[in-house]
Amino acid sequence: MAMAALRREGSRFAVNPNILRSSILPSEEPVSSGVRYISTQIVRNRMKSVKNIQKITKAMKMVAASKLRAIQTRAENSRGLWQPFTALLGDTPSVDVKRNVIITVSSDKGLCGGINSTSVKISRALHKLNSGPEKENKYVVLGEKAKAQLLRDSKEDIELIMTELQKNPLNYTQVSVIADDILKNVEFDALRIIYNKFQSVVAFLPTVSTVLSPEVVEREAESSGKLGDLDSYEVEGAETKAEVLQNLTEFQFSCVLFNAVLENATSEQGARMSAMDSSSRNAGDMLDRLTLTYNRTRQASITTELIEIISGASALEG
Amino acid sequence: MLRHASRCVTRAATTTLRWRRPFSSDLQSEHVADPNFIEAWKKVIPNVEPPKTPSAFMATRPATPSSIPTKLTVNFVLPYSSELSGKEVDMVIIPATTGQMGVLPGHVATIAELKPGVLSVHEGNDVTKYFVSGGFAFVHANSFADIIAIEAVPVDRIDPNLVQKGLTEFTQKLSTASTDVEKAEAQIGVDVHSALNAALTG
Repeated sequence: MAMAALRREGSRFAVNPNILRSSILPSEEPVSSGVRYISTQIVRNRMKSVKNIQKITKAMKMVAASKLRAIQTRAENSRGLWQPFTALLGDTPSVDVKRNVIITVSSDKGLCGGINSTSVKISRALHKLNSGPEKENKYVVLGEKAKAQLLRDSKEDIELIMTELQKNPLNYTQVSVIADDILKNVEFDALRIIYNKFQSVVAFLPTVSTVLSPEVVEREAESSGKLGDLDSYEVEGAETKAEVLQNLTEFQFSCVLFNAVLENATSEQGARMSAMDSSSRNAGDMLDRLTLTYNRTRQASITTELIEIISGASALEG
Repeated sequence: MLRHASRCVTRAATTTLRWRRPFSSDLQSEHVADPNFIEAWKKVIPNVEPPKTPSAFMATRPATPSSIPTKLTVNFVLPYSSELSGKEVDMVIIPATTGQMGVLPGHVATIAELKPGVLSVHEGNDVTKYFVSGGFAFVHANSFADIIAIEAVPVDRIDPNLVQKGLTEFTQKLSTASTDVEKAEAQIGVDVHSALNAALTG
């Protein structure tokens, strides 16, 4: 009975390394039957590569943290920019219009957690929400990551793609040129800008800002509702009210887009920081587990050698 | 033990969130963003949380008071900073396209387009003057004034030599301009520099 127990123990040890081997080694090693242990060399290689990964991700986290500090102050300073427009024209995401243009703001580089997927998910959902018999929905994509995801299934709906926004530090002039491009090339009744608003280093809220075209603003003002008291505002300007409204909506678009791009960039750095942090922590855990396996393997091979020597010696004696 | 661990984690998460709140400079208003939008969203896309909208991040403005308030609340914002936010002043003079416009508390609600010129803020006896490049100004019925400009500098930071140089350069460009675009750009340069000149002298 003791022998049976021992055999059971032995079989448990015999099974374990195979499981361990299949879980750790991605490539198949020629497994011969019987009890075999993983070569320590392989475990050592694995440990070296995991340690390198840990160092790299820690460095990326530091870089993201320093970039975050810089861009966070700029994003927070730009938050006052869109508030006057919302105070005047209200916030009307549920406006019913024929031509919707969905502007998705995303990052160019990866390794930033799930923020780009969230933006694309919300864009697709808005597309679905605003689809109807006479309505048309178009996409304008800013950033490589959303472009890759949206090209896959909504290729014919994409009007304009712009990438490499952050090659030079973001500034208002660049964003107003982009806004000008969009306004010139895309016909719209309502523009919906989707971005991740930076709330804190661990929280990013997907947000949609709506900018209406001047005709829709007039229409909403006449039919009362949110913009009802727009008519009570006197318009000071040498031009007609329609021209001033046009300038106003264009200015609103460039201001809202500027804030959106800055907030998304801040969220990107924050998400990258937390992704790299969890990645380096994971690498640390993996390294601990590998170290244990390595030590166990090393001790087991020493024990096997000793057993062989001793059993050989005792066979000679007796 | 696992229950205790999850409680610790959530406590840690909320405390970090609360600690990090001082960094974000806007407050969440209590009123719910457009209910129609949220309802329509929930019907079509029940599995995904609806995105937030800007009104959820903005303090609601007070309603129009019945009597004229004593002070005007001014928000002067630029893309890079909020110069004045919620400051109570006596009067502002804004450079609208139709000329200098004085705004006092109780001014009628107006949307004004701005041309390059001097914006002056009067608070008691001190006057702060900024040269603004252009933008918009909204005066609301509840004596709130929002001025949005692209660039603004305090008038004492302008260099007169550079102004003169710029003025001569752009007048020259205007005379030699051939295409409409070039003419428009040169005209804008001349306008801005003459306004700068006027700001320095006046």
